[in-house]
Amino acid sequence: MTSARRFQVVQRLVRRPATVIAAAVVVAFIGIALGAAHLAPFEPTATDFSAVRKPPSAVHLLGTDEVGRDVLSRLIWGARASLMAGVIPVTLAVSLSIPLGLLSGYAGGWLDSWMMRLNDAMLAIPFLIVAIALAAFLGPSLRNAMIAIGIASLPTFLRLARGTVLALKTEDYVEAARALGCSRPRIAGRHILPNMLPPLIIQTSIAVASAIIAEASLAFLGLGQQPPAPSWGSMLNAAQRYLSQAPWMALYPGLTIFAIVMALNVLGDGLRDALDPRYY
Amino acid sequence: MSLGLYIARRLVALVPTLLLVSVLIFSLQQLLPGDPALALAGEDHDPAAVAAIRAKYHLDRPLVVQYRIWLGNVLRGDFGESLRNRIPVSELLASKLPVTVELAVCSMLVALLLGLPAGVLSATRKGTPLDFTANLVALSGLSVPHFWLGIMLILLFAVRLGWLPASGYATPWEDPLRNLTTLLLPSIVLGTGVAGVMMRHTRSAMMQTLDADYVRTARAKSVPERLVVLKHALRNALIPIITLGAIEFGRLLSGAVLTEQIFNIPGFGKLLVDGVFNRDYAVVQAVVLVSAALYVLLNLLADVLYFVANPRMRGGA
Repeated sequence: MTSARRFQVVQRLVRRPATVIAAAVVVAFIGIALGAAHLAPFEPTATDFSAVRKPPSAVHLLGTDEVGRDVLSRLIWGARASLMAGVIPVTLAVSLSIPLGLLSGYAGGWLDSWMMRLNDAMLAIPFLIVAIALAAFLGPSLRNAMIAIGIASLPTFLRLARGTVLALKTEDYVEAARALGCSRPRIAGRHILPNMLPPLIIQTSIAVASAIIAEASLAFLGLGQQPPAPSWGSMLNAAQRYLSQAPWMALYPGLTIFAIVMALNVLGDGLRDALDPRYY
Repeated sequence: MSLGLYIARRLVALVPTLLLVSVLIFSLQQLLPGDPALALAGEDHDPAAVAAIRAKYHLDRPLVVQYRIWLGNVLRGDFGESLRNRIPVSELLASKLPVTVELAVCSMLVALLLGLPAGVLSATRKGTPLDFTANLVALSGLSVPHFWLGIMLILLFAVRLGWLPASGYATPWEDPLRNLTTLLLPSIVLGTGVAGVMMRHTRSAMMQTLDADYVRTARAKSVPERLVVLKHALRNALIPIITLGAIEFGRLLSGAVLTEQIFNIPGFGKLLVDGVFNRDYAVVQAVVLVSAALYVLLNLLADVLYFVANPRMRGGA
């Protein structure tokens, strides 16, 4: 992408206020996760049996949970687990899908057809089912949940990366580079790779949103972050038992997940409009 | 190409995919830490019992042989025995699947009732506050964690208002009214997510057809606007929406895992989660395999519907 085109993309992104707000929300969440130690008013695992299931007050802004831990502090620390589970598996999936997609799309032949058959088989098993089954067989922990989510996200990226490579291979400038005698690795690295990124970037935003929901779902089932370490999904699991006495325990973690996922989806929509290939 | 030939070709193409799926699912077992025979034996570490399990599940044979035996049994409908209930897994599947199918059908109804009209209204009133609101609601439906929405609906309608039961399930022939009341909240939970996708697709499909020449012609002939929208534009926009519906139905069959957990509905998803917690791996493998097969078949159905609904697909091939 030339710098003039990059400027156009930024302009199109900024023109939509919803995208700007969504980006701000995402940045704020990252800030909260990084600065959890300074921002949280209490220790996330500090129990206080004199303040069990207390409703929101001046001391505990969002109330306390079943063993008197501060809900706000746990939400702030929980951002770490959620964002990590959202970003790390998707980063792994994207970084694996680029070389594999290039290989499959560029090499073609039997290698391509076998890779795609395996990919189709992986795509045939629904995302959350793969994640649950893998987490179950690997054993419950945040690390294994991330591995499960990463493996479950890979096929979508691989198919997208390969499809993009196939489309780019027929572009005039790739033909031109080939006619000029560029080597295959050079064409792949210099001409195809940079142009593969826009569709992958759009998908990344949506995939991180799905990964955050998947981690929350796994933690809710007890297959993610293990107690007493804070995670939004496991907070919801605990909250379910105290719905009538302490509804705030269920309300805030859910709203937090909703906020970050909504922001990522809006950002994804904005990126799609701004990076749409029709504009190139 | 005739429809029969098209379906036959696609079915043949599914065979290698499903075989690979079965290999993937079989190899899950290899992820289990330690000796699977010890894991299967549970607390019982009596060497004789472990050896018996090893022989019973052919764990003393090479992996390829184990896979062949397993696949042969699966193809005959024998998914092994549930470790927990000591009944055949196939019986468990047969008793749980109808519940999940019923839930998926109800959720799809909710999705259609909300998503289709919202998409049509949004497309015909593009750029208005109504369009903006519909888009915002659809995006929220896509973004909300469904298990949380379920918890919130239980809090409001069961705990606070007491209008609906919080959880449980009764079959339609046992107690039809209870069947409906127990399925209402979970159907809304699952339906809203699909409604969001449905609304966005309907909107963009409608915007395309509303731009088409035949719609302009219809308007020029002074066909009433209501008829233009419903008969000319919507009917053609339905083709991609029907395909989407079949795919989303496949996702509902497998996507109800947490919703069934929260509302305590004895369906496929709950079977999976219970299987995971009871370390009942035969059940987990069977549920994953059947989910994948159903998902692939519904995707095929989506393509077939597209083929049937779109005459252009038949002409050229």
